[in-house]
Amino acid sequence: MKMKYDVVVLGGGAAGMGAVLGAKENDASVLLIEREASTGGVLNQCIHTGFGLQVFKTELTGPEYHEIYKDKMGNFDALYETMVLSIDFDNNRMKAMNSNGIHDIEYGAVVLATGARERPFESLRIPGTRPAGIFTAGLAQKFVNLENHLPGHRAIIVGSGDIGMIMARRLTLEGVEIEGVYEIMPYPGGLTRNIAQCLEDFNIPLHLSTSVIKIHGKKRLEGVTVAKFENGAPLKESERFVECDTLVASVGLIPENDLVKRKIEMGSDEGIFVDDLMRTNYENVFACGNNVCIHDLVDFATVEGEMAGRNAALVAKGVKLPSRVGLLSPKEGIRVVSARYTTATEPFKIYIRVDRPMEIATVNVNGKAIKAAVNARPSEMIEVTLDPKKYNLKGKVELSAKGVKR
Amino acid sequence: MAFIFGGETLKVAIIGAGVVGSLIAREFTKYKDVEVEIFEKLPDVGWGVTKANSGVIHAGYDDEPETVRAKYCAHGNALYTKLSEELGFPLKRTGSLVVAFNEEDVKMLEELIDHGKKNGVEGLKILSKYESLEKEPNLSREVIASLWAPSTGIVGPWEVAQSAMENAVKNGAKLHLSTEIKSLKTLPFDFIVNASGLWADELAESAGVKVTPLHPRKGEYILLDQPQLVKTVVFPVPSKAGKGILVLPTIHDTLLLGPTSEDLPSDYKERTETTSEGLAKIVENAKKLVPSVNLSKSIRTFAGLRPENELKDFVIAKDDKMVNIVATRSPGLTSAPAIAEDVVSWVADIKKLKLRSDFDPYRKPIPRPYEMEDDERNALIKKDPTFGRVICRCNKVTEGEVVEAIRRGARTLDGVKLRTTAMFGRCQGSFCTVNIMKIMKKELGEEFEEMEKNLPGSKVVDGVSR
Repeated sequence: MKMKYDVVVLGGGAAGMGAVLGAKENDASVLLIEREASTGGVLNQCIHTGFGLQVFKTELTGPEYHEIYKDKMGNFDALYETMVLSIDFDNNRMKAMNSNGIHDIEYGAVVLATGARERPFESLRIPGTRPAGIFTAGLAQKFVNLENHLPGHRAIIVGSGDIGMIMARRLTLEGVEIEGVYEIMPYPGGLTRNIAQCLEDFNIPLHLSTSVIKIHGKKRLEGVTVAKFENGAPLKESERFVECDTLVASVGLIPENDLVKRKIEMGSDEGIFVDDLMRTNYENVFACGNNVCIHDLVDFATVEGEMAGRNAALVAKGVKLPSRVGLLSPKEGIRVVSARYTTATEPFKIYIRVDRPMEIATVNVNGKAIKAAVNARPSEMIEVTLDPKKYNLKGKVELSAKGVKR
Repeated sequence: MAFIFGGETLKVAIIGAGVVGSLIAREFTKYKDVEVEIFEKLPDVGWGVTKANSGVIHAGYDDEPETVRAKYCAHGNALYTKLSEELGFPLKRTGSLVVAFNEEDVKMLEELIDHGKKNGVEGLKILSKYESLEKEPNLSREVIASLWAPSTGIVGPWEVAQSAMENAVKNGAKLHLSTEIKSLKTLPFDFIVNASGLWADELAESAGVKVTPLHPRKGEYILLDQPQLVKTVVFPVPSKAGKGILVLPTIHDTLLLGPTSEDLPSDYKERTETTSEGLAKIVENAKKLVPSVNLSKSIRTFAGLRPENELKDFVIAKDDKMVNIVATRSPGLTSAPAIAEDVVSWVADIKKLKLRSDFDPYRKPIPRPYEMEDDERNALIKKDPTFGRVICRCNKVTEGEVVEAIRRGARTLDGVKLRTTAMFGRCQGSFCTVNIMKIMKKELGEEFEEMEKNLPGSKVVDGVSR
């Protein structure tokens, strides 16, 4: 089957839905391609609140956020349960497969909104056996919230990422005993609000600088050995056996860009390098959401998506967007920057993550402090507005973060 | 009808549905008036020693020429080409490099060439530093020479066992899974083949046959999502401990590092846990061969046990009622087709068996739309739309493939994984596990809480939410 659209959006989660709307509002013909049977992505299984404060100025659950945004989008063309097999960026075509066969789709512009995948527990190379009972937080969430099944009865959470903490609360509410949350770093991996609302309110202990060093059980998980870590190594005398039948791992998300590897420029963390227009190294290919960098809030992904969709519509209609003139280069103190290039035309927002906790962090552009953030942590993004009228955003622009004492 | 010892038909029992047992079962079904029954303790085919090894079809240059291993390895390697065509399992002749870092290593390469010649291995060649780096650009710059063996290949070992067993069953063999045979003494069969891997010595003894005792030798591995880092199988020079820790591509486009080589007490036949020491050793040694191995791309670790003895060689003990195949250590996978051919033709000889004319050597693989041309894909999807719906996004496995795997015998998550590669990729099933369980529910009528990961008792979920 042959098809032709101004803008094709890959992925119908929070970012992709934004892109559909952004493109539609700019009068482009839009096709959404989604692997699941509906839009919404991970929002569908996130039945907790905390969504929508930025986009809708009200606190919503994931499914509510999805429904309200769906109404906003109105009608559009979509291929569901469809997988893009390949993209020919030089000829603006892609090949997709679903139960009707192979589709050959020509596009004016494309928006990549493929989200992220969970880092599997098995990737941590923790020794021991390989029994049933080990879940990523997202998989455990899917079993509980969408399929009404419990992963087990006594669980530990490995990693203190947001989904892990949310699952600690969710499983507690379902009668599963949570023995504790174990975090190898000396600071938590998720948002402060989740530590309070998901752990402290339920008396679930958070063990920092502590992690699992061995897995026990041949068939189903029987327990784990945990230990305190100092300078990256477990302390023998602190080893302790914890009996549990379930391990829920919340050990990070990885931008999911396998489809465009070696074609689209990306970093070693697999996040796509975009400019302030959400454009990639192809002038008609845009990216937004968690496949650019892992965001704290769904709302940010949607906002990026709207911008990517809008710019994709413009390019598809033949508008020439400004060229890249500057390179944002993360230096000391910075682990993640959401955009890597500038056009130095309009003020734009970027999100950064510091590489370690800082009591007060100054964010610096070419060595000059432009913002101070109190209690900066890698787990909480810092929003920074870069205005080309205020700072020189051409050429190489160094971004750094420095800890200063109160 | 021909006169056959013990009656009109020869009743054959095979203990163990690993790669050796499965290929022997298939080989027997080529003959007239033979009834073949296979008994496997585990719930699926190829889940013992077969499951967790390097998946390398060795060329046969490092087995000392007078050994039993040497007799079977190169011949087994050659048989794989036809076997892969008939049974429809993927085989890739990647070739291999044994990498030398000093003059002593180079001397070893010459010795290997000498062994290779005596063992009938063709195409062996010593490559210079630059020729080595040209073949494998990510090799350590410290390399000074290497031994090139073009006939080395890679397979998914469990796929060899599954496909041979499917074909054997199609030709009349009977498979009994989850059925443990504890003694060979009173089995009501005319002929017994003991291919029980780690338990082969104990079972031989149960029938009064004395063989050199076995102990498990553990090999730990690390699997990475770093495809195409190497194109060939990269070995260090072998030592007394074995072939060493390799860096190699798998047939499913991941990168494999390992194995370690740790001798365990003889009663540790189920101790497949990984260790921090073992994993550290793999990293250290793999990085010597290929420094750009990136551990942040790890997908999982695992370990397998090889049946080892003091002779460090296969023992094949034959009499007119029984064959005991013992210590099928490395290169057991490579040698399996040659062992099967040899053992069964010997039995055919002494039992005066005649070949069947209606043996069907072919087994169709599970259709794989991702690897097809568009016309073929469209035709398949038109016939069965489920082959257009991708369930496992990492390895692009469709619903149709999962259904087909279940129809061919998958009853557990690992059964599906090892037949389709779903849940085998970089997300390790975090996206697709639920969808696969839904398909299993539809096909098998099982509830989620009844489903198992692999062994009995390995429940995936436990209980329902409020």
